[in-house]
Amino acid sequence: MKFLTTNFVRCAVKSCAASSDSFPLVFSECQLVQQEQDFDAEFLTSMLDRLDWPALIKVAADLGNNSIPQVKPENIDPEDPESERILRDLHSLLLETQITEGKMICNHCQHVYYIKNSVANFLLPPHLAN
Amino acid sequence: MKQYLIYLAQSHPGFRKAELESLAVLENIELDLADYTDESPFLVVRLQNDDEAYRLVHRSILCRGIYELWGHGDDLQSLHDSIRLTSQPHWAEYLHKSFKFEIIGYQGKKKTTKEQVALIETFEYLGFEGVIDMKTPEVRFTVLEKYHIEGGGPTAQPDHVWFGREICVSARVRGAVDEYDLKKRPYHGTTSFDAELSLVSCNLAHCSRGKVMYDPFVGTGSFLVAGAYFGSSVFGSDIDIRPLHGKDSKTKNIHANFEKYGTTHLFGDVLTMDFTNNALRDTFQIDCIVCDPPYGVREGLKVCGTKNEAKAEGKENLIINGEKAFLRKDYIQPKKPYELDLLLDDLLRFAAQKLPIGGRLCFWMPTANDELIPTLIPHHENLELIYSLVQDFNKWSRRLLVYVKRDENYKGITMSKKDRSGVNNFRDRYFSGFRPEVETEK
Repeated sequence: MKFLTTNFVRCAVKSCAASSDSFPLVFSECQLVQQEQDFDAEFLTSMLDRLDWPALIKVAADLGNNSIPQVKPENIDPEDPESERILRDLHSLLLETQITEGKMICNHCQHVYYIKNSVANFLLPPHLAN
Repeated sequence: MKQYLIYLAQSHPGFRKAELESLAVLENIELDLADYTDESPFLVVRLQNDDEAYRLVHRSILCRGIYELWGHGDDLQSLHDSIRLTSQPHWAEYLHKSFKFEIIGYQGKKKTTKEQVALIETFEYLGFEGVIDMKTPEVRFTVLEKYHIEGGGPTAQPDHVWFGREICVSARVRGAVDEYDLKKRPYHGTTSFDAELSLVSCNLAHCSRGKVMYDPFVGTGSFLVAGAYFGSSVFGSDIDIRPLHGKDSKTKNIHANFEKYGTTHLFGDVLTMDFTNNALRDTFQIDCIVCDPPYGVREGLKVCGTKNEAKAEGKENLIINGEKAFLRKDYIQPKKPYELDLLLDDLLRFAAQKLPIGGRLCFWMPTANDELIPTLIPHHENLELIYSLVQDFNKWSRRLLVYVKRDENYKGITMSKKDRSGVNNFRDRYFSGFRPEVETEK
């Protein structure tokens, strides 16, 4: 599971959907690997719009990274060197950081999801599914 | 407006017009397809300029190429008359450019080199002085001849001949269909979707750079690699964890396919997930949805839950080694059967909620051929069904349904399972060999 994806998933339990506690999930006991990817500034710029920045800061902190800027970078121009530096940092964090093993916990219902062998599992037990 | 000739592939003709229309919408090109027919691979269209022509055909799978039309006629003489009459103002522009002539014959017999040279020499009056460059010419001119089969062989003379300057060839001619062929893919399975129609589906869905595509029944990721081919970033999920892990961690998995195609930077992720208990946050925007829902020929359609409620009661309190069993890492979530019709309703509801205005949902639906098809097709009040394109097999067919999310002014109807008179029990019909006497349960 890429770090990027942590920004798009919440608890799968239907009764948690309305709660702000169901996103982001709390990440714990995670093992990370860095996996090199081609840098694509245009792609990252378009992804930036879709990111929930406070959730990004929170999950990064769960994983031991407290150096994320407090506000989402704005006016990104891939031609500008300062913007490119920001995008390269984001590239490394969002796309090159893989969570290979770990737990994701819902802060609303406390259900635990696992990441195994780099794939996150959101399947629910019968009493939580419907 | 100028005239351009499109040369179409004779493959899935029933999908060609929809692909052209979809690409025109995607590229914001005004296109009149009144002259289009499924029977002919030649189509003359009017466009503003070469740039529009390029954008219309460059990523097409069911077109072959597009040409600025310089003239056409039923025989060589009338072709040349037409060229002199209509294209003379263009000639000077190419006077000193390196060039090449190509000949395309539809249903014609292969020309000998001598015949080719003889044909090309009839164009001498154009007076080009540039060098002939067979590999990298600055400009390519193409003679397109249409023959037909008569008495078991091609006719001696063409029915019609077109001449034009090539603007571009399509993704198909550049090799996309061949390159994405399943047999050449590191990782594929029994349910992998064929390359050509995966790519066509992604064209109809408007997959393109800067957009996010999602396949909720991703399997081995056939639609994901096709979506990434067109530059969209792609996400998938599946209730079955096995195809997501692949056969081994290095060479036979979904990621290995992206590596082969050089699109790993567009591969978002694949998640194990029950589509009906979806973990994607509501505010995460998805621009296109492309999928082949599990109609369950190989394995019945399943969602999370238990078949036997009574037996499962209280299981949530089971403790193993001081831990709740269902919270343990090795816990396996049980699954129960689900109806295809209900799943399709879920899919439409999801798409109506997730897609931006103008965003598209494309999915494949199999049906037995003797069913009353319109009674099986789901509708949602915010989604307009714009295409229902049929790929026919012997006793069954599958159709690609394409929906567009409309704004609040669109007044559609919702036809969910309870409103539809038909029941899509494709799996039962499949296993009974589509025998007509099998009564469908209502």
